[in-house]
Amino acid sequence: MAMFKDVLETVRMIEKERLDIRTITMGISLLDCIDSSGAKSREKIYEKITRLAENLVKEGERIENELGIPIVNKRISVTPIALIAGSSDDLNYVEYAKILDAAAATVGINFIGGFSALVPKGFTKGDRILIDSIPEALATTNCVCSSVNLGSSKAGINMDAVKRLGEVIKETAYLTRDADSIGCAKFVAFANAVEDNPFMAGAFHGVGEAESVLNVGVSGPGVVKRALEKAQDASFGEMAEIIKKTAFKITRAGHLVGTTVAERLNVPFGILDLSLAPTPEVGDSVARILEEMGLEHCGTHGTTAALAMLNDAVKKGGIMASTSVGGFSGAFIPVSEDEGMIEAVECGALTFDKLEAMTSVCSVGIDMVAIPGDTPASTISGILADEAAIGVINNKTTGVRIIPVYGKDVGDTAEFGGLLGRAPIMPVNKNDCSVFVNRGGQIPAPIHSFKN
Amino acid sequence: MRAVVTVIGKDRTGIIYNVSKILAENSINIEDISQTVMHDFFTMIMLVDMTNMSVDFNVLKSALEEVGETIGMSIRIQHEDLFNAMHTI
Repeated sequence: MAMFKDVLETVRMIEKERLDIRTITMGISLLDCIDSSGAKSREKIYEKITRLAENLVKEGERIENELGIPIVNKRISVTPIALIAGSSDDLNYVEYAKILDAAAATVGINFIGGFSALVPKGFTKGDRILIDSIPEALATTNCVCSSVNLGSSKAGINMDAVKRLGEVIKETAYLTRDADSIGCAKFVAFANAVEDNPFMAGAFHGVGEAESVLNVGVSGPGVVKRALEKAQDASFGEMAEIIKKTAFKITRAGHLVGTTVAERLNVPFGILDLSLAPTPEVGDSVARILEEMGLEHCGTHGTTAALAMLNDAVKKGGIMASTSVGGFSGAFIPVSEDEGMIEAVECGALTFDKLEAMTSVCSVGIDMVAIPGDTPASTISGILADEAAIGVINNKTTGVRIIPVYGKDVGDTAEFGGLLGRAPIMPVNKNDCSVFVNRGGQIPAPIHSFKN
Repeated sequence: MRAVVTVIGKDRTGIIYNVSKILAENSINIEDISQTVMHDFFTMIMLVDMTNMSVDFNVLKSALEEVGETIGMSIRIQHEDLFNAMHTI
């Protein structure tokens, strides 16, 4: 039996510090659903998803009960739809998004990811059609999430995709203008996208993956913050040690849940993504961990260093705890989903430029940031290019999930509700970058990609 | 299969009686108990063997939670696996 204090520690982590399994995400390959007829392909997609994921929610809830640890979300990721739909004659892929939405509703999950295209080095016909379909797809479905990989350390950055996606984000914002442009919260533009990420909105099931796998995303910013609270005088080395130990325990809980659910669903266990993913609830904030280290507000000088240390220590603790660590595994900094970040933006401590700097040392990018609705598409493309450059040059994943909230400006707040939270509109640089964005073509692969 | 029962709340009479009664009624064997009382705050942890359990896990869980509400304590039951995973290498 685990020791008395260990049992109490676990119970406290779950009850008071919001330790939870953020998501169990079932990855499903749709490669065998390809058909020259779009309608037939969609029939196969619906049948396959609803068959394989039939018991996902039920088993998830059962294990939640038995282990007494909440599993907040049950989700599905599928093969990028551009690869599946490309062989049909369809000129618009919105129907594919709708069938994913219908399958998600049938199996009772809250998000399905994979309305995606991978274009780091160029477009196929399917990629182009999919990207053009994104605004309508996100405006007419509830659960579908979309992503595009527009650059990689191996291929460089597809600047034609960067330009087009700036426009796509604006169109999506307009089509979902009645709900504070929420469609944009379901879209991520990646560089170095990972194929086994369980977190939305960027989850998709990579082509190198098995037929079906079960990936798990664990969270627990509250647990890390509480552990640091108890060590007020700790040096950096000691803080890193505390974070590592905490990350180890959280990861082990996630590994247990993942392997158990996978076994019961009779699919292989994929990876465990140990990411500190905040929610808008008090006590579940990554910003507050950084502040606990001694920063008056997240965003002040020292924040990037604090985040770098946190991210690194989380990875080290996680790696020791599970042989199947993958996905992002680090710290997330989505502004609207983090109560501490929201406050830091509102009091002026956290700026857009500081956020960008922070993304160079953590596991994601500019995430859930609301900007003025009249921001030009070219400026959004400039933001995408900057983030992609950070990812490509530093051999890491970066994503941009940005919301130009239609009809709102600096001083307003966008309300998304639920886990997506609320976001104060942040100012962006007003100087024009359209000539740069309009050049088109490819930013060549960086020198360190030539390793063969 | 073994599970850990955690009982936390303000100390009063009959806590162990109420919890162990439900366990006995459902053929669950108590293998180990430890408890402390600090400043009127009662904490008890039981390790139980559910091999011969005569009821569904979720039904048992609800029954324990109900008793917990009646006597004003928080009662949880969780598979032993979670604690072993988190606290042993």
